[in-house]
Amino acid sequence: MPFGNTHNKLKMNYSSDQEFPDLTKHNNHMAKILTPEIYSNLRDKETPSGFTLDDVIQTGIDNPGHPFIMTVGCVAGDEETYEVFKELLDPVIEDRHGGYKPSDKHKTDINPDNLQGGDDLDSNYVLSSRVRTGRSVRGFCLPPHCSRGERRAIEDLSIQSLDVLDGDLKGTYYALKNMTDEEQQQLIDDHFLFDKPVSPLLLASGMARDWPDGRGIWHNEGKTFLVWVNEEDHLRVISMQKGGNMKEVFNRFCTGLTKIESLFKDRGHEFMWNEHLGYVLTCPSNLGTGLRAGVHVKIPNLSKHESFGEVLKRLRLQKRGTGGVDTAAVGGVFDISNADRLGFSEVELVQMVVDGVRLMVDMEKRLEAGQAIDDLMPEQK
Amino acid sequence: MATQFTRMLAGRNTAVVLASLGAGTLATGYLLTDSTAAAERRMLYPPSADFPDLRKHNNCMAASLTPAIYAHLRDKTTPNNWTLNQSIQTGVDNPGHPFIKTVGMVAGDEETYEVFSEIFDPVIKDRHNGYDPRTMKHPTDLDSSKITSGVFDERYVLSSRVRTGRSIRGLSLPPACSRAERREVERVAVMALSGLKGDLAGRYYSLGDMNEREQQQLIDEHFLFDKPVSPLLMSAGMARDWPDARGIWHNNQKNFLIWINEEDHTRIISMEKGGNMKRVFERFCRGLKQVEQLIHERGWEFMWNERLGYILTCPSNLGTGLRAGVHVRLPNLSKDPRFSKILENLRLQKRGTGGVDTAATGDTFDISNNDRLGKSEVELVQLVVDGVNYLIDCEKRLERGQDIKIPTPLAQFRR
Repeated sequence: MPFGNTHNKLKMNYSSDQEFPDLTKHNNHMAKILTPEIYSNLRDKETPSGFTLDDVIQTGIDNPGHPFIMTVGCVAGDEETYEVFKELLDPVIEDRHGGYKPSDKHKTDINPDNLQGGDDLDSNYVLSSRVRTGRSVRGFCLPPHCSRGERRAIEDLSIQSLDVLDGDLKGTYYALKNMTDEEQQQLIDDHFLFDKPVSPLLLASGMARDWPDGRGIWHNEGKTFLVWVNEEDHLRVISMQKGGNMKEVFNRFCTGLTKIESLFKDRGHEFMWNEHLGYVLTCPSNLGTGLRAGVHVKIPNLSKHESFGEVLKRLRLQKRGTGGVDTAAVGGVFDISNADRLGFSEVELVQMVVDGVRLMVDMEKRLEAGQAIDDLMPEQK
Repeated sequence: MATQFTRMLAGRNTAVVLASLGAGTLATGYLLTDSTAAAERRMLYPPSADFPDLRKHNNCMAASLTPAIYAHLRDKTTPNNWTLNQSIQTGVDNPGHPFIKTVGMVAGDEETYEVFSEIFDPVIKDRHNGYDPRTMKHPTDLDSSKITSGVFDERYVLSSRVRTGRSIRGLSLPPACSRAERREVERVAVMALSGLKGDLAGRYYSLGDMNEREQQQLIDEHFLFDKPVSPLLMSAGMARDWPDARGIWHNNQKNFLIWINEEDHTRIISMEKGGNMKRVFERFCRGLKQVEQLIHERGWEFMWNERLGYILTCPSNLGTGLRAGVHVRLPNLSKDPRFSKILENLRLQKRGTGGVDTAATGDTFDISNNDRLGKSEVELVQLVVDGVNYLIDCEKRLERGQDIKIPTPLAQFRR
């Protein structure tokens, strides 16, 4: 349903210049790209479900950003957002995704057999491995815009489909609003529970409305395959386990995803996807694969090395703290994952992580032994 | 008063004209955009699919909203396209506290109170102790000369303050306004305030343009308001586009202050150290009247009507929108177990010296009126004056080792 001043009719009595946001102190992709002219062209448009330009950009206006971290500053309210507001979103996507053009095509590849190796990362260094992505259900509005009825319908659909999973994927759904204290504590201890968003980036976009209605967590008995329902996206799908066997994690990820997709299709629903943008998600940063494949890896020596940043850059990897995005590393353990989402397939991205982390562990071992790593420096991928 | 003005209609839009005509024209509301997509959605998701889960909620909206009311109102909109879902979002997102009952809904524009009266009227009745907007009229009285005994013993009363809010008719309220509308509120208010003279003359500080020094000065003076952090306000969309078009105006003497575009279009505050509440209220009334006159000259007016008095964003501030209060030292009385009951019967409330939702420091309390609607400004300020004088009397008695009495409860409404 409409959020904020979505359908405010009085605003059309004012000129585009009078409405244009003050972005002089802002540092995000939206602020870099939005001009008074683009605003003027798009401000009276809306998607069929009623999402407007002001809805798209509100989070970017309310969160001016940080000199060092470039956030996206816009969100989609439905699949059509990326069409109706292409004049703004295409350049934002190009800026965020390394030059990805409006005419480019994205390839999807979730065949785990295409991954080379990945079962051989040294578990003395690689403490855990994880792959996550998101999926949106076609025909429903996205979290910034969906009504309570839609959100509940997505939850019902998810529960029905996930209930059918069997074998090592068989599991249980825990609705956030019905959770007992015991269940909640268990999920926290397992590092599964997601909490109501506190990030102003998410709150400003309207994603936390009606919390915790329609939100929940599903996981298999082995606690290696997990689905978040109605958090930042309709579905977030996560495969994870201790140790360095990324191949196994990715196998399970692909098998699980494929099964879920076919179960949704059985119920007459498909995922939002197109040739150009791949899988369509709420934040433009997650388009394409929406995939983040990562490890928690112990690299106390490498992380202090002057070339650490350069190594990551060339390998197309990024570092985060072990609490996830916007956290700090603890005890030399870093979360290392792919930096890209769009323009590379799932297999290609996981391959980059597998190869890159293997190299980084080799470098760590060299540095431990007091040796140099210059000859190991990779080419720019 | 709002009925006695000369209107310049040039350039005003129809919403303003309709609003000034009064309640009846808008009671039926407008249907949502009748596109095919919207119609399909209505069929796919009947109101029952969208009805919020309020079982764990404790606020006025949750207490009054039924599936039937929701079904009647879900697809209606005000002329500016504000909906019920938008009004109640803050109450859905903030279940409340077992001890504190918040309102749980806001207005997006003046017409909200008419189009959605089926839910707003019972909420108003609940919040304002039985005031029934369908049958009662709210009295407005800003004649400060009527106040008696309005100077307190300054050994106890450290400061005195009166605040209210005013909304500019024809512009959407903070949850709903667009950036241009908010900037228009700022423009109209600042232009009017620049016409104030004598002891009321002052200047405007825009939040966005403030330099560090000005900011520190305003913080030290306890004037500066910051971006809201309360989830109650955030969920209602009031902090959008911060700090665009927000600012603070104060007179040179620093005892008359206006907040622009915080929780309401304008918040007007008169304050000074010491116990001269009468003078504080006199300046308050004089300042308010002059500001109203200045905006009238340019063809604007405040949102006001007979049933609800002054229209503000939160239903809790309807009527007078007035909170008259003091910071008062009550070291003995505050430890007496009868303190709360005395306050209750005097229709007063206590807060910490940081304002709403803060704790008292030491023995100093912020004591102010509970009520906003159904009693006039003069009545409420007199109630605070009489009540605080009573509290001080109790304090003095306890100091002398004498006993105190719980006063009989004050009457609700006389109308």
